[in-house]
Amino acid sequence: MKGSITGMNIIETKGLTKYYGKARGILDMNLTVQEGDFFGFIGPNGAGKSTAIRILLGLISPTKGSAKIMGKDILTHPKEILSETGYMPSESAFYNNMKVKDLIKLSADFRKKDCAAESNRLCERLLLDRNKKICELSLGNRKKVSIVCALQHMPRLCILDEPTNGLDPLIQREFYKILQERNKQGSTIFLSSHALSEVQKYCKHAAVIREGKLLVSDQMDHLGHTQAKRVVLRGVTELSNQLCGIKDMQTDSEGIRFLYSGNLKTLLSFLAPLPITDISITEPDLEEIFIHYYE
Amino acid sequence: MVLFRHELSCGKHMLWIWSAIISGMLLICILVYPEMKQQMTDISGMFADMGAFSAAFGMDQLNFGEFIGFFCVECGNILGLGGAFFAALLGISSLAKEEKEQTAEFLLTHPIRRQNAVLQKFAAILTQILILNGVVSIVTMAGIAFIQETPDYGTLALLCFAYLFLQIEIASICFGVSAFLSKGGLGMGLGLAAVFYFLNIISNLLDKMDFLKYVTPFSYTEGTFIVTEGRIDGPYFTVGVILALAGILTAYYWYPKKDIA
Repeated sequence: MKGSITGMNIIETKGLTKYYGKARGILDMNLTVQEGDFFGFIGPNGAGKSTAIRILLGLISPTKGSAKIMGKDILTHPKEILSETGYMPSESAFYNNMKVKDLIKLSADFRKKDCAAESNRLCERLLLDRNKKICELSLGNRKKVSIVCALQHMPRLCILDEPTNGLDPLIQREFYKILQERNKQGSTIFLSSHALSEVQKYCKHAAVIREGKLLVSDQMDHLGHTQAKRVVLRGVTELSNQLCGIKDMQTDSEGIRFLYSGNLKTLLSFLAPLPITDISITEPDLEEIFIHYYE
Repeated sequence: MVLFRHELSCGKHMLWIWSAIISGMLLICILVYPEMKQQMTDISGMFADMGAFSAAFGMDQLNFGEFIGFFCVECGNILGLGGAFFAALLGISSLAKEEKEQTAEFLLTHPIRRQNAVLQKFAAILTQILILNGVVSIVTMAGIAFIQETPDYGTLALLCFAYLFLQIEIASICFGVSAFLSKGGLGMGLGLAAVFYFLNIISNLLDKMDFLKYVTPFSYTEGTFIVTEGRIDGPYFTVGVILALAGILTAYYWYPKKDIA
């Protein structure tokens, strides 16, 4: 079933835990991603996103727990997993003295595949000059090289760690277009990002990680549907009594905005005596939900 | 063998520079030998009377009037020390440079087993050492032919083999150390080669420090022994083989378990 989620778990972790000495990496992470999904992995710096990704790719070994990719154990079948996976690291570092085209070919050679046609297509779409040396490239252009290396072999699973950092908006749009095409062709996309609007726009499912723990993993639509509401009031600049359930309160000269999670009748009774000139109660956007999960 | 070819390609400039420097200095030494030959008999006598100092460098028992004696000391130091530094640089940087330059993430997320990466990288080190010694041997033979000397080629081959294995041993030990490093370690590699060299001098100077000869690979490259006995000192060489294997096996078993920074 191309372009849709198949029901088979392409990533499955059980109690995945990583400590760096005494420092926490990730804790007891149970994550499942289904084949064909476009999955967003959200969390602040140091939450453990990259640690989880690096364990999945075999760069670091877990302290406890297990993980399977495509049904294969990451510790016993790393070569088979990596041959069908494309990875884009958050910081793209390559062999500086090589030319872009040589590095892209090296990556294809490591996979024992002739990816010339696809890499040429990707370079043209991303406006990447193949004749430049790696050391001459800007951060954004290094990212483009990383995209080509991650996608040129048409991987079944794409793992992308903060993929759009350093890319200009036009290339970002083209990049997501490519990812959507690949997803429609059956590839699973697993990306970590801080750009919540992007995750909200493109991902079907998302998981939120905080301090090494997976807080929630659900469909994007369900994640957006929380009990919390964004309340914007006009005509009042301060609330004399604090109502339980109010978070993220911001005040300006025109009014007050806050997130409220609790009984709506209680909220309306609380607001009734106030000199409000205008009110809106809406679903919070992902950014606000993100803050909600983090507090 | 993609990684093997890639390693050779990355290291080619360093290989040709070191080959040119070492073989160039050797050639100069060989070419000045006819000029010095006349004075060498007197020099040999002088070295023989200098006691501990000449013993430290193995110059007390060699006949400088013969080309092979001259080659052991003058050329031996160039090839021994130069080759040791080259081998140390190759070995210590091979695995560690990937983390230092943050390319390990690129390399190891391709479908290549880490054990296989270790073997291909070591094969590249070995190949580069063989190429350097091949160039040095060709230049040495050309130099000898040019000055029309006819040394005992068997002894010369033994000397060259001893220096070749010294480089392989140092590269292997450094390669093993490299598997533990994540921030380069060139200084450590060069330091290790220098320490081995000085351990050999100390063991030559002081009888009670003779055990150090089992530690340093320079012990089995001693021209004095090779020229007079016509063979490489077996016990020292055997320890050298064991240390080299230990270095390679350490890298082979440790690197796959290592967390990549």
